[in-house]
Amino acid sequence: MRSTRKRAAVALIAVAALGLAAACGTSKSSDSGGGSGPKLNNTALDSVVNASDQKGGTLKMGMGGPWGDSFDPGDTYYGYSWDLGRQYWRTLVMNKVAPGKQGLELVPDIATDLGKSSDGGKTWTYTIQSGLKFEDGTPITSKDIAYGVSRTVDRAVLKQGPSYLADLLNWPASYKGPYKSPKNADISSAIETPDDTTVVFHLKQPFAEFDNIASLPITAPVPAAKDTGAKYTTHPISSGPYMWKGDVDVATGGTLVRNPNWSASTDPNRKALPDQIDVKLGLQADDLDNQIISGDEQVDIAGTGVQPAALPKVLQSKDLSARADNPVIAREWYTQILGTVKPLDNVECRKAVIYAMSPTSYQNAYGGKFAGGEIATTVLPPAIPGYKDSDVYDLKANPNGQVSKAKDALKKCGQPDGFSTTMGYRSSRDKEKKVAEAFQQSLGKVGIKVNIKPMPDDTYTAELCGKPSYDVQNNVGICVFGWGADWNTGYGYLAQIVDSRTINPEGGAPNFAVRVPEVDKMIDQLAVEPDAAKRAEISTQIDQQVMENAYIYPGIYAKAVLLRGKGLTNVFINDAYGYYDYTALGLKQ
Amino acid sequence: MAEGGQDIQGRSLSQIAWRRLRKDKIALAGGFFIVFLIAVAFLAPLITHITGGPPNEYHPDLVDPALGPYGTFGGISWQHPMGVEPITGRDIFSRVLYGARISLLIALLATAVSVFIGTVIGITSGFFGGWVDAVLSRIMDMFLAFPVLVFALALAGVFPDKAFGLSGTPLKLTLLIFVIGFFSWPYIGRIVRGQTISLREREYVEAARSLGAKRPYLLRTEILPNLMAPILVYATLIIPTNILFEAALSFLGVGLPPPTATWGGMLSDAVVYYTLPHFMFWPGLAIFATVMAFNLFGDGLRDAFDPRSSR
Repeated sequence: MRSTRKRAAVALIAVAALGLAAACGTSKSSDSGGGSGPKLNNTALDSVVNASDQKGGTLKMGMGGPWGDSFDPGDTYYGYSWDLGRQYWRTLVMNKVAPGKQGLELVPDIATDLGKSSDGGKTWTYTIQSGLKFEDGTPITSKDIAYGVSRTVDRAVLKQGPSYLADLLNWPASYKGPYKSPKNADISSAIETPDDTTVVFHLKQPFAEFDNIASLPITAPVPAAKDTGAKYTTHPISSGPYMWKGDVDVATGGTLVRNPNWSASTDPNRKALPDQIDVKLGLQADDLDNQIISGDEQVDIAGTGVQPAALPKVLQSKDLSARADNPVIAREWYTQILGTVKPLDNVECRKAVIYAMSPTSYQNAYGGKFAGGEIATTVLPPAIPGYKDSDVYDLKANPNGQVSKAKDALKKCGQPDGFSTTMGYRSSRDKEKKVAEAFQQSLGKVGIKVNIKPMPDDTYTAELCGKPSYDVQNNVGICVFGWGADWNTGYGYLAQIVDSRTINPEGGAPNFAVRVPEVDKMIDQLAVEPDAAKRAEISTQIDQQVMENAYIYPGIYAKAVLLRGKGLTNVFINDAYGYYDYTALGLKQ
Repeated sequence: MAEGGQDIQGRSLSQIAWRRLRKDKIALAGGFFIVFLIAVAFLAPLITHITGGPPNEYHPDLVDPALGPYGTFGGISWQHPMGVEPITGRDIFSRVLYGARISLLIALLATAVSVFIGTVIGITSGFFGGWVDAVLSRIMDMFLAFPVLVFALALAGVFPDKAFGLSGTPLKLTLLIFVIGFFSWPYIGRIVRGQTISLREREYVEAARSLGAKRPYLLRTEILPNLMAPILVYATLIIPTNILFEAALSFLGVGLPPPTATWGGMLSDAVVYYTLPHFMFWPGLAIFATVMAFNLFGDGLRDAFDPRSSR
């Protein structure tokens, strides 16, 4: 036949290709010997690696993909952005630049001291240093701070930053921010600047942790004359030790050079060691890992740890594991169990879900105990004050789940043969898909049939899992989730995820499931309680209440495998961020 | 030249085709592989009972969550001849076998759907001609120009979780079969139309018509039997296209919901673990071998039925 010879040739080539592919497939894998367990160095967790005061050199920082939001201090909500941003902005107070837990302490930055509260916590007053200057030499006054805060009121221009000050301060009802309201609008009911070195905040209700809010970049000074609204991100005016050379682009990055108008004598916190900092964005994440391994780049700004592809290399190589740190982040990957969806309205049915699920398979879904994290047993992660090592459901002792206890709970719930429910996860997140499949597998053993439903990330909280009516109509009883603290206190972590009053019938709140009236009351106490030790105690009680009501399956306390770049000095992890403190880094000369 | 003493027999088209096919070793190999695959897919529960167990069973003891499966070649052993998945430790061999069931089921049923629609519309269009032919031909053109993949993605996204009294996996399965079948019928339809047009002018059809045969009789007795060969050939050639289409849909995440094993879904899972190539290799190999087997067999079948093919 005509075509036979040609086809034979194709078949031959195909067989040869298969042989090659098979050879490739086998040569990569070797005995990983995971039993011995890799040893990561972890020195930078609580001490300074290569301590040095030597100045000079160019620090090379990179990131896979574009900047998450903005370089504008009023419009950014990513931890890495707050970490790096301190090189070009100063705030009223800041987290101490120090290793480990010491970083959780707040110290004055622009202010001369922490805030003074009066009027039972409804009024907060800060005195700021005189003689500070912006990068162009104009002096920094309290009015620049008031202006910076006032612009965060306009959520249409600055969409992405935290809205705490827009929500907490007693703004005039008609005030819409400096772009839409008249320039000289009276905002003294919210912020007052009686002189150039005093700024006074007036709150609607008492708030105990206001200093934590004053440490967020939304209190960085912004000169009204240089503000370009939504375009300010291309060149935010620096008040810190470095300033952007020309423009900075969210897709490609930019270069930070020394700010001649910053004076070290006014700023005991920042060392400002390198002469220049290159910020390269839009890299390929796996490529960036390789460049950090080889030394071409020094810091992965995103701070979420090496990619799955580089992870085996780091864990198995002596050289690389000696450069690696494995911090616990103030973040938990967990799953919400919705009491509004039958039969999960019965607490015993929710408990059945918790007992049946295998904690190890949750941990494995995120890459195991190094890349993923430790098995969680509470709502609060260990980095938050108020965390107490309790284990209501004996999760740690039963890594593969507890079938008999789950079956008992099902009997008490009146569903001895199990039931059927739907589980949602964010479709672009492979790890969350693995979690959902693990639930399906584990819960199947006790007769709970789980249908998995991938949902688009951008509408997950607004229209799908986070919308109560959608959940009830579609029988969505379980939703995969994760949460990180805005600041490391019980309030900063819990307020958004366990207060039932935050649940919006129209969707959009990060709390999908937790509805306990006692917890709501305790959140109110937490906001006003002036004593930090008592706040921690209340946080512990909230944690316990939520766990006993079985609205949350605690997955893992998140960890990351971070790699210290070659030639870096002064490297340590600041617990306020969960990754390296970028203001401290210097270079070996 | 016929040798002396041998009787000269009349042979039917299928007999001639079978004699030709028997001599085409490559097409036969493809055919045997298809039979083998169907047998294996049918017996999957039995086979996996002997080897690595059910396709959705987790084996967390066989994998390191960060480094991948223990052992060589992705954890290959007698029990797990193709190794196990990273993270979950599910047996890849049994997932590939169960994936074959899904792929073959969807591809064969979708092909049946498209053959049925294509034959009915093609025969109507070719036999009646005139404005019927014009309208039906334009409809076929329209279907051929339709962005099927995009449409399927959109449909899978907006389709409710419950419909026609079905939900979950059975509903998705039905949906996939009809979407794939509904968009591949014009390929059959055009062939059938062309063949019908050439057949309806043949002398034996004219003869039957002049003897007073009615249209249904002509269609059933004179035309349809002569269409069986091209329909069979093109059905065989559409099957691999449908297998690829199903794999593409599963890869893009609109196939059957987890934990059902599908080849496309396995490929999609493997993308993240490109440092562990064995995970991608086996489902890829399964798709490749199956599609090639159907193509080779279909090619051979066409050559065997096509009287113009030279020897």
